[in-house]
Amino acid sequence: MMNAAAVQSNLRLAPPSRAGDNAFKLLTWCMAMMVFVMALLLGWELFRGSELSLKRFGWGFLIQSDWNPGNGQFGALPFIFGTLVSSALGLMIALPLSLAAAIYLSEMAPGWVRRPAEYLIEMLAAIPSVILGLWGMYVMAPWLGAHPYPLLQKAFGYLPVFGGRIYGPCILSAAVIVAIMIVPIITSMSREVFRAVPDSRREAALALGATRWEVTRLAVLKGSMRGIFGAAMLGLGRALGETMAVIMVVGGSTVISPSLFAPGCTLASGIANEFTEAVDDMYRSALFELGLALLLVTIVTNILAHLFIGAVSAPKHDGQA
Amino acid sequence: MNPRRNMRRKAASAAVSTFCFLCALIVLLPLALILFHLVRLGASSVDWNFLTHLPRPVGETGGGMANAIVGTFVLVALAVLIGVPVGVLGGVYLSEFGSPRLNWAVRFTSDILNGTPSIVWGIVVYGLVVVPMKGASAFAGGLALGLIMIPLVIRATEQMLAQVPNHCREAALALGIPKWKSVLHIVLKTARKGIITGVLLACARVAGETAPLLFTASGNQFWSHSLSEPIASLPRQIYTYAISPYDDWNRQAWAGALVLVLFTLVFSALIRVLARGSNNPAAK
Repeated sequence: MMNAAAVQSNLRLAPPSRAGDNAFKLLTWCMAMMVFVMALLLGWELFRGSELSLKRFGWGFLIQSDWNPGNGQFGALPFIFGTLVSSALGLMIALPLSLAAAIYLSEMAPGWVRRPAEYLIEMLAAIPSVILGLWGMYVMAPWLGAHPYPLLQKAFGYLPVFGGRIYGPCILSAAVIVAIMIVPIITSMSREVFRAVPDSRREAALALGATRWEVTRLAVLKGSMRGIFGAAMLGLGRALGETMAVIMVVGGSTVISPSLFAPGCTLASGIANEFTEAVDDMYRSALFELGLALLLVTIVTNILAHLFIGAVSAPKHDGQA
Repeated sequence: MNPRRNMRRKAASAAVSTFCFLCALIVLLPLALILFHLVRLGASSVDWNFLTHLPRPVGETGGGMANAIVGTFVLVALAVLIGVPVGVLGGVYLSEFGSPRLNWAVRFTSDILNGTPSIVWGIVVYGLVVVPMKGASAFAGGLALGLIMIPLVIRATEQMLAQVPNHCREAALALGIPKWKSVLHIVLKTARKGIITGVLLACARVAGETAPLLFTASGNQFWSHSLSEPIASLPRQIYTYAISPYDDWNRQAWAGALVLVLFTLVFSALIRVLARGSNNPAAK
């Protein structure tokens, strides 16, 4: 048996130097480790920044509803409430729409519709959020406030969530703009999930005489629930952290109101809105703590998303498949 | 089978198909409305002056966003300088050297970082750079965008490198080429097109970011002459103008938005052309 060392001694060659390889490996290793450094920096900086406020209010900060920078009272509840309500509503609006659109694109649309439609959805995803905000602020919110909201109030006004005075910029408008932002994400993620279903299952259902919808329901949707949940979580993660589009339509009030037609605020929009005004240390520290809370919430939703989509899996190697 | 029941099944199927079709239309409706309003309200204000002049003080009509347009390019260039070396080499480590367990951890962390709201990066870079440097700067803004880019580029690079057939690597090693040379000259070169596409997609993404720039690059109504000065950027300028009470600024916000959208759309169209044939899943 000829091993590599034997070949080398036969050829009387010096073994190639490994110095270059080792240095290169070390360099790339350092770069890969940067993601951990970044994660640590993120956590450390937010903790450091919010130290004052953590010490003063502790975690009770999260359930205090009084936010009054004037007299040094800081409670995060209005921001957390606004974030959860607008994201949850946004997801409720976006999920059925995106699922139906994904079903149409993957199971029903002819090829000449599918390609351009997918391209357009990508375009919607590529529109910067500040532009969505601009449009939301000057076009969407005033229109919603003038037409659909009064109708909603007329129909369901006895419910406190649809009661009170109607404002264009409000929590519900924020939910709608958030829905518009996350629809492309959920649609394309669920398309991927549906695409992963092998065609043989569709064919089996067709062979049994199933109609188009029955094929979709039995062969495609049934096994895709995990993936759909993951896609929804991914969308939710985006919704929770959306800043610019929300800040321009949410109204910016830090008072919790039961009505969806009342202005509110979210964690991300609150930070963006008040950070430059925060001149004293305590105020700034409280805003850092909002950032910390936002980071924790998005980490949890993203972990859930990954558990269900399995997106962390390695890309398949060509040569090894 | 009972013919009436069959009719009902077919009707249900047709109803669901129609419903799904309508939903697909509703999903695309905002895109159409946004583009329509951008053109309607912005097109008349986009002219040569707008693209080549500095903003005018409040009260004077006219002026443009030249500094913001250039500022956006500067910021994205800084982000590329920071994000691409780290991202590409990190991706090389994952694909060429890493162990499965460490790779999993790196991928997982990058995906979590990817999901981190950009406003959070804004305040973190504020604390790390702006406070010690005692002022907002182009450098801080570029760093914030670069940090957002790193996980995007790592993932894209790894994906592209995975598509390079192993026999290329083996052939290089069989010729006695050191691994680092084979990675640089053969593996990376083969995957070049895909990696560039991934980097450009990341650029398109950060170019429209506003939130991380609010407190890091701040804004500037004039040209900035050094990277340690605050710098204007298109998204930030749009935001400032949009929420201002002045009609002329609101008008310019729409014009700026139209320019930004055209940039992003033309850019992503270019990326698609470039990506054709590179097997890039991101551009399918």
